[in-house]
Amino acid sequence: MNKTEDVSEMRVQADLTRLKPYGDTMNDGKVQVSFTLPVADDERGQEAAREIVLAMGLSNPIITWHQALEDNFTFYVAYGSLEYSINYNDIHVETVDVEVMTMAETNDFIRRHFGRKIRVIGASTGTDAHTVGIDAIMNMKGYAGHYGLERYSMIEAKNLGSQVKNEDFIRAALDFDADALLVSQTVTQKNIHIQNLTELVELLEAEGLRERFILIIGGPRINHELAKELGADAGFGPNKYADDVASFICKELWERKEAGL
Amino acid sequence: MAELRLDWNKVDQARTAAAEIALDTEETLSGFTTVTVERSIARLFGVDSVDEHDVPFSNRLIEVLQEKDLLGHGAAYYIGRAAVGQDLEPQEFAELVACGELDPARLKPVDRFELKLWIDEAAARSMARIRLNRLQREERLEHYGEHGGPLLYVIVATGNIYEDIVQAQAAVKQGADIIAVIRSTGQSLLDYVPYGATTEGFGGTLATQENFRLMRAALDEAGAEVGRYIRLCNYCSGLCMPEIAVMGALERLDVMLNDALYGILFRDINMQRTLIDQSFSRMINGAAGIIINTGEDNYLTTSDAFEEAHTVLASQFINEQFAKRAGMPEELMGLGHAFEMDPALPNSFVYELAQAQMARQIFPHAPLKYMPPTKFKCGNIFQSQVQDTLFNMVSVLSKQNIHLLGMITEAIHTPFMSDRALALENARYVARSMSALSDEVEIKEGGLMEQRADVVLDKAVQLLQNIQTEGMFQTLAEGKFAGIRRDPDGGKGLDGVIYQEEGYYNPFIELCLDEEAEILAAFMEKRKEAGNE
Repeated sequence: MNKTEDVSEMRVQADLTRLKPYGDTMNDGKVQVSFTLPVADDERGQEAAREIVLAMGLSNPIITWHQALEDNFTFYVAYGSLEYSINYNDIHVETVDVEVMTMAETNDFIRRHFGRKIRVIGASTGTDAHTVGIDAIMNMKGYAGHYGLERYSMIEAKNLGSQVKNEDFIRAALDFDADALLVSQTVTQKNIHIQNLTELVELLEAEGLRERFILIIGGPRINHELAKELGADAGFGPNKYADDVASFICKELWERKEAGL
Repeated sequence: MAELRLDWNKVDQARTAAAEIALDTEETLSGFTTVTVERSIARLFGVDSVDEHDVPFSNRLIEVLQEKDLLGHGAAYYIGRAAVGQDLEPQEFAELVACGELDPARLKPVDRFELKLWIDEAAARSMARIRLNRLQREERLEHYGEHGGPLLYVIVATGNIYEDIVQAQAAVKQGADIIAVIRSTGQSLLDYVPYGATTEGFGGTLATQENFRLMRAALDEAGAEVGRYIRLCNYCSGLCMPEIAVMGALERLDVMLNDALYGILFRDINMQRTLIDQSFSRMINGAAGIIINTGEDNYLTTSDAFEEAHTVLASQFINEQFAKRAGMPEELMGLGHAFEMDPALPNSFVYELAQAQMARQIFPHAPLKYMPPTKFKCGNIFQSQVQDTLFNMVSVLSKQNIHLLGMITEAIHTPFMSDRALALENARYVARSMSALSDEVEIKEGGLMEQRADVVLDKAVQLLQNIQTEGMFQTLAEGKFAGIRRDPDGGKGLDGVIYQEEGYYNPFIELCLDEEAEILAAFMEKRKEAGNE
C-alpha cells in the first residue's frame, strides 16, 4: 500500500445515494435561508420564524438575524441542518449535448458543411420589453467576453429587439429565410413566458412551419428541459453564451442535413 | 470632490451642437400635432372616464375628430365651440360625440372672439389646479426640509396598486425618498391610458390616474409619519406620453421618466410621433414642477458601458436642449446615466467615478439620475450586494441627486420587501460613513480619471457634430444610438401624427411656458443664494 492510497482512504467521501448540503463537514446538511414574515419583530415573531424553519425540514434552527421592515413585517436570516437527502445517482437531466466550438471553429464548420452563411433571427417576443438576453447572444459585442452572433463571419444575424408579436416574428423569419429562430423571455411573472412560447409553437405548427426552423428559446428561467417540453429544439438559461447557441445550431442543422431533412 | 479639469471649450461645442440638433428637429416637426397631444388637451379641459367598453372618452372624442378629418383644427377648438355655442361641458360633449348623437362637424357657429376667450379661460382654470399641486409640493418640502444626500429611489412593481402601497409605505419607513411605480410591461405600446384602480399587471402596475391618486395619498400619509416629503415617480413615455404627463400634473407626481429618444430606440415608436409628444409632455411636466428623468442608462444595457459612454453624454446634451426648448428649468432636468461597466474590467470603478463626476460638473444644476448596475447582475445575490455598494460609493462621492437603488435580486424577480430594505440600508450606510469623503479627496491632474473624462467628452462632441451635420432622423436611421436603427416613417404610432390646419390652437403651450418661466425665476433666486451663479 503506497502513501497516496493511504490518504485517499482517509478522505471523506460524499455519499451520493444520500446527498445533503455541505457547510463545513460532510453530511452536516447546513443551509442558510432568509425570509420575511408578516408579523411584528418580537419574541413571538422569532419563535414563529424558528418554527417556519423547522417546517422547512431543517433541524436545529438558529435565527441569526431579525429586523423590522415595517410595523408588521420582519426579516429573518436563519441557519439549520437539512434532514432530508436525495439520491444523486437517480438524477437525469436533459442537457444540450453538443461540443461547444469557438467562433473560429463554428465559422469553419459552417464553411465546410454548408458552404453558405447560416441565417439566425432573434427577438424578445410578446409584451416582454427586455432585450438584455437577446442582445447578449446576438449583439456584435456579445457578453462577458463571448462575441455575439453578429460577429460571426458565417452567420447572418438579425435582432428584432423587444415586444415583437409572435405573428410578426414568424413573418419576419420567413422574409429573412431564417435557419434558426431565437426567442428570449426575461419577464416571467405569472408564467407569462410559458403562455407566450406556447402560443409561438402553436402558431408555427398551425402554419406547418415548425419543422422548417430550428427553434431555440432562452432566458433566466429557461432550461433545456422546459424548452423541450414547450416544443422547442433547445433551451439556454443563465451562463450560456453565443458560442453555445451557435454550436447547437450548426450541429443540429448538419444532423438534419445528413438525415436528409 | 475637487473637480476634474475639463476642456470647457469642448463642453460648449457639445452644447452648441445639441442646441442646433434640437432646433432643427423641432422645426422639421413644427406644424404637426398628435392624437395623444389632443387627448391631453381634452383631459386638461376635464374629459375623463371611459365608455362601456373601457375606452377613455378622450380617445373616443379624438378618434371621431380624426375620422372626420377635423383634428387638424385641434381638440380645443371643438370643445370650445360646443361650450360656447351649445352650452356643453367638455365631458358632455365627448360623451355625445362618442355615442354618435352629436356630429362635431355640425356644431353651431360661434363668435371667434368669444370662442378664444372661453378656451383661454377654461385652460387657465385647468392650469390653476396644476399650480395648486405645485404649491402644495413646495409647501411640504419647505415644511419637512431635505436631508441633503442623494434622494434614495426605489421601485414597487407588484401589479396590484394596493399591494404596491403596502410595499411603498414600508420602503418609506426604511428611508426611501422616491417611490417609482413600475408600469406593466407593454403599457408603453397602448394608444390609450387605462382607467381606474387596477390589481393586475405583468412586471409592474398599470399607470392610471386613479392609481396615481391612491399612491399619492399613501405616500403623503407615510411621509407625515416619518416627517419627510416622499416623491412619487411614474413613466411618462410610450404612445401616451403627454396624457400621462397631464395625469401626473393633476395628481401631484414629483418625478416622471421622460426621454426624447427612448421610445424610438427601445419601443420602436415612430420618431416623429415621439418627438412631438415629448415636447408637449415636457411643457406639462415643467409647468407642474415635475422633475423629468431621462433614459440614457438604457443605452448601456444594450451597448458596452465603457465603449459607448459618449453616447450617454451626447444624449444628455440632446435631452437638455429639448427640455430647454420646452421651457424647462435645469433644476427639473433629471438627466440619466448609469453604473454598468463590466466588473471584470480593471479600474472600472475609477472610470465610473470619472464619468459620474464629469456629468456632475457639466450639468451642475440638473438633479442627475444615477442608475444602478443591472447588466452584469447574474443571480449571485452576494456579488450583487458588492456591486451595489460600489455604485453607492460613486454616487455619494460625485454627489448625484437621484439615486436609484440596485437590488440584490436584480435579474431574478421584482424586489421582495426585504431586498428593498437591504438596499436602503446599504445606501444609507455608505452615505453616512462617507459623507465628508468627497470634500477630502482631490483628483490627480492628468491622471486616469481626467484622461477618461477627456476621451468621453471628445467622442461626445464628435458624435453631436456628426448628428448636427446629418440631422437627427438620419442619425437614428443609421443606428448611432445603442446600435439600433430606426426609420423616420417606421415604428408604431405614425398614423397618430396630424398636420395642423390654419388657425390650430393649443392654449396650454403659452400657459405652460409662462408657468415654467416663473419656476425658473424662483430657481435662479435660489442659485444666487447658494452662490452658484
